[in-house]
Amino acid sequence: MIEAIPTPLIVISVGLAAILAFIGLNALVLVYLERKVAGFIQRRPGPYEVGPQGILQPVADGLKLVGKQIFTPTGADSVLYWLAPMISIAPALVCFVAIPFGPHLQIINTNVGLILVLAFTGVNVLALCIAGWASQNKYALLGAARDISQSVAYEIPLLLSILPVIFMTGTFNLFDIASGQGAWPWQWYIVYQPLAFVIFFICALAETNRNPFDLPEAESELTAGFHTEYSGMGFGMFFLAEYAYMVVASCITAILFLGGFQGPVASGWWWFLAKVYILLLIMIWIRWTYPRVRFDQLLNICWKWLIPLAVLNLLVTLLVIAI
Amino acid sequence: MIVKKFNETIMGLWSLLVGLKVTAFNFTRPQVTVHYPRQTVPSLEGYRGHIELVPQEEDPFKPKCIACNTCVRMCPSSCITLTAIKPKKKAAEDKDSGTAESGEKSKPKKAKPELESFVLDFNYCSLCGQCVQNCPVDSLRYTSDVYLAGFSRQEFVYDLLARLHDQAAQKEQ
Repeated sequence: MIEAIPTPLIVISVGLAAILAFIGLNALVLVYLERKVAGFIQRRPGPYEVGPQGILQPVADGLKLVGKQIFTPTGADSVLYWLAPMISIAPALVCFVAIPFGPHLQIINTNVGLILVLAFTGVNVLALCIAGWASQNKYALLGAARDISQSVAYEIPLLLSILPVIFMTGTFNLFDIASGQGAWPWQWYIVYQPLAFVIFFICALAETNRNPFDLPEAESELTAGFHTEYSGMGFGMFFLAEYAYMVVASCITAILFLGGFQGPVASGWWWFLAKVYILLLIMIWIRWTYPRVRFDQLLNICWKWLIPLAVLNLLVTLLVIAI
Repeated sequence: MIVKKFNETIMGLWSLLVGLKVTAFNFTRPQVTVHYPRQTVPSLEGYRGHIELVPQEEDPFKPKCIACNTCVRMCPSSCITLTAIKPKKKAAEDKDSGTAESGEKSKPKKAKPELESFVLDFNYCSLCGQCVQNCPVDSLRYTSDVYLAGFSRQEFVYDLLARLHDQAAQKEQ
């Protein structure tokens, strides 16, 4: 009977289940990490009361979110309102499908892996837009408007900073890009493309709405931005999605510039995970160091610095390749 | 112009790195907070709590206060109420007792007013410290009492003279 089910379907089903577990586990770890790092940077203990050293705090937070009443505000478009968190989390699952975690740990090895990831991360903007629009709340609407202009602006340098790597490798296949780099740090593309790496990382911060570019959910100005009206797991899904996209962004950065699963001595998923977590830690570190930029500054950084630099970098790369 | 702009950008990027260094440095330093219910801060010196009366050096049951009313006049929120035994009455009492006990004719000394009650309504106090600064005999000081919580406003109307007595009695025990 099992032969009746096509093998790719089994692979994808098992893979998606694994991805869901991975996203959930990652969110727990990242919430704990984020709050602990924030605490230590501000010279306080961070979460401390639930479990030893507060290690069960994210579990308690999750249970609280699950137990909360699900509430639709009056005047909200209830279909769109509840569709938005699902649209936000679903593409994140698809993104993980194409990511090579290790030499043999990849659900689908596709030739358009990178395009798939870029396309599906772009869908998140739609989710935030719908959330802001359907909430019937001015803060949510403002947050959504900000998110759209920010994402549209930062998508350009993001793509432009990926192109040099694509030209160097000649493939969109994430597995090939990762295995095209050597095991040692000086064989990684970050050495050939340091500027592209910096631009890509800044754009990744902006695309995942992380500090200092978290304008769509700027607490001091917009209460909570696009998810102001969401309670319980509605908010929980957005939260989960945000952390999932952070992991996706770190994964792509690790694959494109840091050699993916390749590492000194023994290549494997452990190197990949270590690189991803170092990048995530840097993201958290940045969040608790810098204040939020103003909106005009945000767009100025993009249009006046990142895009010209990315174009320049691309041209120089092309010139070098041609010669 | 372009060079200046370029320099500004380089300095800006450098300051970003300096910022990261600051947070990384603080990450490694020990914590400055305490786990409150289980631990408390070791010293509350310099803390400005509500005011209290300073006792005389020779008699800890009596305040230094001379009932001059300066603090009452200085207080911008009028939270201090003070009553004193009137000097005339006191002088007469002294005279009576003096003649009764020793039989000598006492000198017509200038009797000091004695503090009868000193009530602070802490509900309205803004802790500006005018009373402490202006007390001519330094009879007022700040307490370091931070554990203040109550269910009614009446709990924050303090009889400071009674407080002084309690403190002196506690010290004697």
